[in-house]
Amino acid sequence: MSVTDTYTPVPDTGGPAQPLISVRGLQKHFPIKGGILGRMQGKVQAVDGVSFEVKKGETLGIVGESGCGKSTTAKLLIGLIEKDKGEIIFDGHALGERLSLKDLRRGVQMVFQDSYATLNPRLTILDSVAFGARVQGLDDPDDLARKMMDRVGLDPNRFAHRYPHELSGGQRQRVNIARALAMSPRLVVLDEAVSALDKSVEAQVLNLLSDLREEFGLTYVFISHDLNVVRYISDRILVMYLGEVVEVAPVDSIWSEQAHPYTRSLFSAMPAMDPDERTEEPPLAGDPPNPINPPSGCRFHTRCRFASAVCKERAPNLAGLTRRGDHLVACHLYDAGSGHPKAGQGVPK
Amino acid sequence: MTKLVDIQNLNVCFKGKRTVHALNDVSLAMEQGETLALLGESGSGKSVTLKTLLGLLPPKRTQIDGKIAVNGIDVMSLRGKALQRYRGGEVSMVFQEPALALDPVYTVGHQIAEAVMRHKGVNKAEAMSTALDMLDRVRIPSANRRLHTYPHELSGGMRQRVMIALALACRPRLLLADEPTTALDATVQIQILLLLRELQKEFGMGVIFVTHDIGVAVEISERIAVMYAGQIIEEGTTREIIRDARHPYTRGLLAANLHDVARGERLNAIPGAPPALEVRPESCPFAPRCPVAMAECRAALPPVFHPSDRRRVACLRAAEPIAAE
Amino acid sequence: MAVVETDPTDPRAAPDMAVAKPQGYWSGVMSRLVRDPVTMLCAGVVLALILAAIFAPFLGLGDPYKGSMIARLKPLGTAGHILGTDEQGRDMLVRLIYGGRLTLFIGLVPVVLAFFIGSALGITAGYVGGLTNTLIMRTVDVFFAFPSVLLAIAISGALGAGITNSLVSLTIVFVPPITRVAEAVTSGVRKLDYIDAARATGASAWTVIRVHVIGNVLSPIFVYASSLTSVCMILAAGLSFLGIGVRPPEPEWGLMLNTLRSAIYVNPWLSALPGVMIFVTSLCLNLLSDGLRSAMNVRD
Repeated sequence: MSVTDTYTPVPDTGGPAQPLISVRGLQKHFPIKGGILGRMQGKVQAVDGVSFEVKKGETLGIVGESGCGKSTTAKLLIGLIEKDKGEIIFDGHALGERLSLKDLRRGVQMVFQDSYATLNPRLTILDSVAFGARVQGLDDPDDLARKMMDRVGLDPNRFAHRYPHELSGGQRQRVNIARALAMSPRLVVLDEAVSALDKSVEAQVLNLLSDLREEFGLTYVFISHDLNVVRYISDRILVMYLGEVVEVAPVDSIWSEQAHPYTRSLFSAMPAMDPDERTEEPPLAGDPPNPINPPSGCRFHTRCRFASAVCKERAPNLAGLTRRGDHLVACHLYDAGSGHPKAGQGVPK
Repeated sequence: MTKLVDIQNLNVCFKGKRTVHALNDVSLAMEQGETLALLGESGSGKSVTLKTLLGLLPPKRTQIDGKIAVNGIDVMSLRGKALQRYRGGEVSMVFQEPALALDPVYTVGHQIAEAVMRHKGVNKAEAMSTALDMLDRVRIPSANRRLHTYPHELSGGMRQRVMIALALACRPRLLLADEPTTALDATVQIQILLLLRELQKEFGMGVIFVTHDIGVAVEISERIAVMYAGQIIEEGTTREIIRDARHPYTRGLLAANLHDVARGERLNAIPGAPPALEVRPESCPFAPRCPVAMAECRAALPPVFHPSDRRRVACLRAAEPIAAE
Repeated sequence: MAVVETDPTDPRAAPDMAVAKPQGYWSGVMSRLVRDPVTMLCAGVVLALILAAIFAPFLGLGDPYKGSMIARLKPLGTAGHILGTDEQGRDMLVRLIYGGRLTLFIGLVPVVLAFFIGSALGITAGYVGGLTNTLIMRTVDVFFAFPSVLLAIAISGALGAGITNSLVSLTIVFVPPITRVAEAVTSGVRKLDYIDAARATGASAWTVIRVHVIGNVLSPIFVYASSLTSVCMILAAGLSFLGIGVRPPEPEWGLMLNTLRSAIYVNPWLSALPGVMIFVTSLCLNLLSDGLRSAMNVRD
C-alpha cells in the first residue's frame, strides 16, 4: 500500500468552485495587562478585519514585516487562538456553526518555523509523527508515520527512533512536514517553514513541498518574509501591514506592478542581486509602527509618500483595480471617490 | 602601506565533548578601507573568523594556530590591557541582536560615552558630545533626545543604529559586522545596509560583513569570500562572484537564492548538508554534495586556482569552462 | 515519485546511526548515571543508609532503647560499643542506624508527597493559565511570606509534636516551592511550538499534558524536589531538636543531637556523630540530585 492510499482527507463538499477556506472580517486583539491587579493597559491589534479566500489546490503566500499579523492569522486559521470577531469558513462550513474545532483540525494542519521548539525533545521522531494519528484513533499510526517519514525523505529505519536534537535543521523540518501530513489535511499552513534553513537546504525543502502539493492535492497558505520564496511557491500573494490586508493579487500581476505604496516599498527593499544596480535610496524611512496603537485611517499613512488628509481620517477598502479585477488593493489613490487629491490615478511610477 | 587584515594559515579547533575543526587553513588579506563580505551557511566558520580577529575565543577550549595581523598588529600575542585597547580601538564589532548586545541598565548616550572615555581618555562632557555626534552620524532623528533613552525604548532598527554608533565611536580601522541585519525587517535592513555603506566611505574604515544572504553581500561589499566547512573556497570582487562564480558550491548558492527562478520550476537544490567537521577535512569538503566531483576531489584537498590577481577558487575543476546547466 | 535527497552526507546520520538503536529515554538516563562515579558513590551511600534503616531489626543489633547507668558517654572505640554510648549509656551505633529509619522517613515522605501535590498544582496552573493560574499561584505566594523553618515550626507547633504532625507540616512547607517551579517550567513549555502542533491535531488538554508536557517538566521538578530532601531532613531533625518533632526516647538524628548537646564538653566526638550522619546524608542527596540533573539532560 503506498503512502497515497493511507492519505484520507475529509471529503470535499462544495466542489472545485467553492473556496477551501475563506476568512471574513477576522479580528484578534491581544490585551496587554500590567500592574499588580493585571488591569488592561492597551491592546495589540494583531489582526484587524482581515478577509481573504484560498481556492482549492491554490497556494496563497502571505508576506509582511514583523508585527503585521501574519503569524497570528496562521494560528487563527487552525484555531490555536480564538478569534474575537469574524468568520472562518472551511469548505463551506463556518467554524463554530456546522464545523467544530476538531473538524477544522482534521482539515487544516500547520508547519512551524524550524527550531528546537517545534518538536517535543522527549519523543522519538516516530512518536512525534504518529501522535496526531493516535489522537484521531486511526489504524496503525506507527505504520502511517513510517510511510509518511519515508515520503518526506527520512528513512524510517534510520530515523524512527532518533530524537529531535540528533537531526539537522533540514531533517527536523521534514519531520514537521511529515507530522502535519500524517493527519491527512487538505490545507497546510506553513508559517516561515523554510526561513530558518540554510539556503541550500531551503531549496530541497521547497522542492519537497511542491511535490507533496501535487501528490496529495494540497492547498497551502505559505507565510514568509522572503519575497523570492513566496513568489516561487505561491499562486497569489497577500500583503499585510499592521494587522490589515493592503494588497492581494496573482503573483505575476503583483510582481510586474505593485499597486500599494507599501508593497512597492517592500519589493524595492529586496537586496539587488546585481552589483551594478545596488539600491541607492532606502524605499522607506524608520521602522514599522507598533501595532499597540496603530495609526488612524490608512495605517500606512505615517510612512507613505503619497499620504493626504483623507488617508489620516478614513481607512481605504480593499477593492479590485480597474484593469485587473483580481488584483485587490486598499489605497485611496485607486478609489476615484475617495477624496484624495490624486484619487483614481494610482501610485505614480 | 600595511595590509589592514592579513590572516595566514589560520586553524581553529574547539576541544570539548566533541571536537570541531571550525577553521581549516584560512588565509585572507584585506587592504585598508575595503569592504569584504564573508558569505557562508551556518557552521561554515564565518563567525568564528570574526571572533578570532577580535581575540574573543575562549583560550582554554580552543586551539588556534596561524598568524593574524590587523594593521600590522599581531593579534594572537595581545594580552590584557593591549588586547582591551585593540578591541574597540582598532577593531570593533556589530552584533546580530542589538537587544542583547546593548546593556539594558544604561542610557544609550552613557554607553557610547563610556567607550569613548575608556579609549580616548577624554572627560565625560567631551565623551557625551562625541556620543551625540555619533548618534547624528548614524542618522538617528532628534539625537539629542535619544541620548538619554534606554535601549528597550528604541525600535529594532534604531537599536542597531545605536550599536553601530557605539562600534564606530572610537574610529576603528576595521569594523566587524556579524549578520547585523538578519534580525531586522526588510525595509529596515536596507536602511542599515545603506547607512553602513555611507559610514564606511565617511570613515574610510575596512569592513568585514558576515552574512548568509548573497543579496545582502552584493548590497554592502566590494569583495566576497565564500566559506564552506571552515575554508574559504572562493574569493573575488562582488562582480566576479556574481557574474562568474567558479566553485560549484557558490554556483549552487546563487541558484538557491531563487532570484530568477520561474514559479513551479524544479529547483536545482544542492543535495545533503555540510559536514560536521569532527575531523579535519583531508579532501574537498564539498565533494560529497558536488554535482561535478571527480575521484581526485575525494582523494586530496583541491589546489587553489588563481584566475586573476586576488581572485581564488579552491576547486580542481575551476579552470574548466562551466558546463551549461 | 520524485527522488528526495536525504542528506547522505549529514554527519549526524553518520554510519553509527545506520542501525536504529531503540534505546528509550530512561535507559539512556541510566547509562549516563552509571558512567558518573560521584553520583554512583552517593547513590551507594544513600542506598546503604536506606537498606540499613529498613532492615535494622534484622541486623542482629542490640536494643536502641536499652541503656546502662554505668556505661554512659563512653568514647568512640570502646569495646562492645564501637561508636561509644550516649548520655543514657545506649549504644550509639545501634541508635544511629535506628535513627536513620525515622530521619530518612521524615526526610523523604514529605518531599514525595509535596512532589505529587506541587506538580499537579503547578502543571495545572501553568498549562491552564488565566484565573486558575492566578488562584493557585497567589495562594502559594502567601506561604512564601514565611521562611520555611519558621513555617515548619509554626505548623508543627500548632498541630503538636509527633511524627504524623511533622510529616504534615513538612509537606505543607514543601508544596509551595515545588508548585512554583512546576508552574514556571510548565508555562515555559506551554509556549513552545510543539504544544501548538499537538493541540492542532485535535488532542484533548489532558492528552497534550500527558504526552507533551509531563515528560518535559517532570525531570526539572524531580531534580528540584530531590534537592529538597536534604533540606527536609535537616528541618525534620531541627523540629525534633526543638522538641516539636519526634519525642524521646525515639532514636532520631536531630533529637540525638539535642540530647547529646550537653555532653559536648565531655565527649565532643560523640556528640558530633548524629550531625555527621545528617551532613553526609544531605551531601549525598544533593550530589545525587545534581547527578540526576545532568543525566536527565537529553541534549548532551
